[in-house]
Amino acid sequence: MKQNTVARIGRMNREDWKDFLVNNAIYIVIFSIILFIIVNEPSFISFAVFKNILTQSAVRLILAFGVAGTIILQGTDLSLGRSVGFAAVISASLLQRTDYPARFYPEMEVLPVVVPLLISIAVCAFFSGINGFVSAKFRIHPFLSTMGMMIALYGILSIYFASGAPGPQPIGGHDTRYTELAVGSTFGIPNLVLFAAIASAVVWVLWNKTTFGKNMFAVGGNPEAAKVSGVNVLATTVLVYVLAGVFYGLGGFLEAARIGSANNGTGFGYELDAIAACVVGGISFSGGLGKVSGAIAGVLMFTIISYGMTFMGIDMNYQYILKGVIIVVAVALDAKKYLKKT
Amino acid sequence: MRGLKGRNVESEYLLQIKGINKSFSGVKVLKDVDLNVRAGTVHSLVGENGAGKSTLMKCLFGIYQQDEGRFFLEGKEFNLTDPKHALKLGVSMVHQELNQVTQRTITDNIWLGRYPKKGLFIDEKKMLRDTKELFERLDIQLDPRVKLEKLSVSQRQMVEIAKAVSYNARIIVLDEPTSSLTDNEVKKLFSIIGLLKKHGVGIIYISHKLEEIFEISDEVTVLRDGQYIGTEDIKNVTMEKIVNMMVGRELEERFPPRTNVPGEVHLVVKSLTTRYEPVVSDVNFELRRGEILGIAGLVGAGRTEMVEALFGVRALRSGEIYVDGKLIDNSTPQKSIRNSFALLTEERRETGIYPVADVTFNTTISNIKAYRNRLRLLNDRRMRDDTDDQIANMRIKTPNKRAKIRNLSGGNQQKVIIGRWLLTSPDVLIMDEPTRGIDVGAKFEIYQLIINLAKSGKSVIMVSSEMPELLGVTNRILVMSNGLVAGIVNTEETTQTEIFNLSAKYLSNTRGAEA
Repeated sequence: MKQNTVARIGRMNREDWKDFLVNNAIYIVIFSIILFIIVNEPSFISFAVFKNILTQSAVRLILAFGVAGTIILQGTDLSLGRSVGFAAVISASLLQRTDYPARFYPEMEVLPVVVPLLISIAVCAFFSGINGFVSAKFRIHPFLSTMGMMIALYGILSIYFASGAPGPQPIGGHDTRYTELAVGSTFGIPNLVLFAAIASAVVWVLWNKTTFGKNMFAVGGNPEAAKVSGVNVLATTVLVYVLAGVFYGLGGFLEAARIGSANNGTGFGYELDAIAACVVGGISFSGGLGKVSGAIAGVLMFTIISYGMTFMGIDMNYQYILKGVIIVVAVALDAKKYLKKT
Repeated sequence: MRGLKGRNVESEYLLQIKGINKSFSGVKVLKDVDLNVRAGTVHSLVGENGAGKSTLMKCLFGIYQQDEGRFFLEGKEFNLTDPKHALKLGVSMVHQELNQVTQRTITDNIWLGRYPKKGLFIDEKKMLRDTKELFERLDIQLDPRVKLEKLSVSQRQMVEIAKAVSYNARIIVLDEPTSSLTDNEVKKLFSIIGLLKKHGVGIIYISHKLEEIFEISDEVTVLRDGQYIGTEDIKNVTMEKIVNMMVGRELEERFPPRTNVPGEVHLVVKSLTTRYEPVVSDVNFELRRGEILGIAGLVGAGRTEMVEALFGVRALRSGEIYVDGKLIDNSTPQKSIRNSFALLTEERRETGIYPVADVTFNTTISNIKAYRNRLRLLNDRRMRDDTDDQIANMRIKTPNKRAKIRNLSGGNQQKVIIGRWLLTSPDVLIMDEPTRGIDVGAKFEIYQLIINLAKSGKSVIMVSSEMPELLGVTNRILVMSNGLVAGIVNTEETTQTEIFNLSAKYLSNTRGAEA
């Protein structure tokens, strides 16, 4: 495949070049941005920067994988951010140091770290599963069903957040085992990067090597055809959303540890970052299309932009402008891929 | 040129298309194509799928830019750039798939983009008056205030034709206009075409239905593989000649010999009735092993609904299905597939293909569970092998198995979907309009395939709107009329007239009458 591409470049005419540019726009943009930053700040080329970018991308990538499945189904998930917030608050509330003065559960024994993780995942998967069920069963567009969930979840999350012993205040004082999971390294590789790498591998296998993955692309590509082909559309949709919830649970768990604190506002707006990364990475809103590599590229691009521009000392506000433009341009290029054939 | 009258040939044509050449990334898809249309005539454009008909029309309308060649309207050269320009010149096209705003009224649709104004506001009265006048001129009996979604396909098509006329169109291209019309609707369409001819309009008529072409056209031009083959006066040509020009080889017969022999009773359907509108009531029939049962009827008779109910796509109010004497549950497509049923759906684009996925995906998706290994992961090699087998067996024309299915021609897409179902090794194969929109050569291959399947012991139900196809391929024909079974006839003994009469049997009754 790669060799073919190289061989083909040798004998490309003008039209072919245009196609090449359109099809690989995101990689070209990433490359140009990196080049631009390096030219201005040569010190950008360093192992530390590389590691930081990967670390900062890790949680975003895990969340992007969650929402990617829903986009492949021609849907979306606006409740991602609140889900992440819920997972973060649950995890943080269950993993505080015993000597911390303002404990959420003052009398609680020390739990194995994996227990809060599993609880977070179960809670997020449950609510996300409801999203999938409601959307598929009652044919509500996921924009609306997940918007409802987003609002309701904030209520539930805030009630839980306020129910702790110290009242509604940010939950800090994490257990060191927990913090270490997010900020530590294993064999020199940051743990967060390891989590993201494992998630990438799992998603790749699920999407490409299982009947679940094929059914997901079928339902996303043509739900009516999937139905008459004997695919259980409802079950597939619910499963995709449950899986999304699993990633939100994991993401929220890691996010609280990374930040070192959690409150009911944690995760707010994360859904838009995740959706933008997917779309820029070629996971099309028209459904049935998407690759793991695309999600990775999309997430990396946004991290590189914000990290690089901050590195160069450019005002945050300019970053917003650039990100906004990139999203729209990426979608336009994506649409162009399909337009030219008809 | 091959002028019919000796005098000044150039000026007697309304539209002239001369020497069109077009290539896509080095592949020539049109080679020196000519087309000359006289005013007040119907000029049919025929050719198999992929012969270049639509590409030629797209060049005419400026959607594609031709590499070489010129267009003339009444001797004056023109080159269309966009749809507005085309309308201004009086060249319009009624597409196979109608692009209309169905939520709006007929009037709104006709005057869309050029609403008459009275000061700042739209002059609704004038719009309505003009529409009524237009419909009168074309003898169309429709209330212009009705929303398009309330209309049938044929009525919507008439609206589209009226719209073209309202632009004073002098050339109207009709692309497969009858593909979803009943015989009566076709008659109505033809009478409108007759009126248009009287007004001096030149009509380019694209169709796969040869009977129709002989009925309606004055001249016919044949394309094959992007090449201009010839133009004939319809009075001096036979159907065989046209088919030979299209296919480029002698097509002995349009149907292969029926070599299948029906055996013992395989499937029994008892009092099948659907729960929701449109209702199909009390359908009873038997199907023998190795038999091909045709389902005939007018559009709206409930043929598709009946087979969908049989396959679990549509909910049942009542009804029993027996296979080999055993009662089975076909209440969802999954269950039906487990019971070895397969349904090739009518709308290939809507319920058949996964357009953005490749041929391999489209071939293997219904049988996907069979490719799991011990770890429940999918075995790519076996999926590819099966796809290769289907491509070879069905003679599917595709660049490779990674090509996206939407880039294949209609006939090849259909073969991929048939291949998909064959991989599930069904016993009862239900095919809803299996040859719709497919060219003559590919049709023959699909007929052969159906007969071979029946010969190998599979039972086939084939819904079709094409009478010759039903008479040529099936063993028996079940005729539906207004949601009811009007009769089941032996193909060998029946006639077209008998089937037509049965189709109209319950037309006056109210739908789903218990009597």
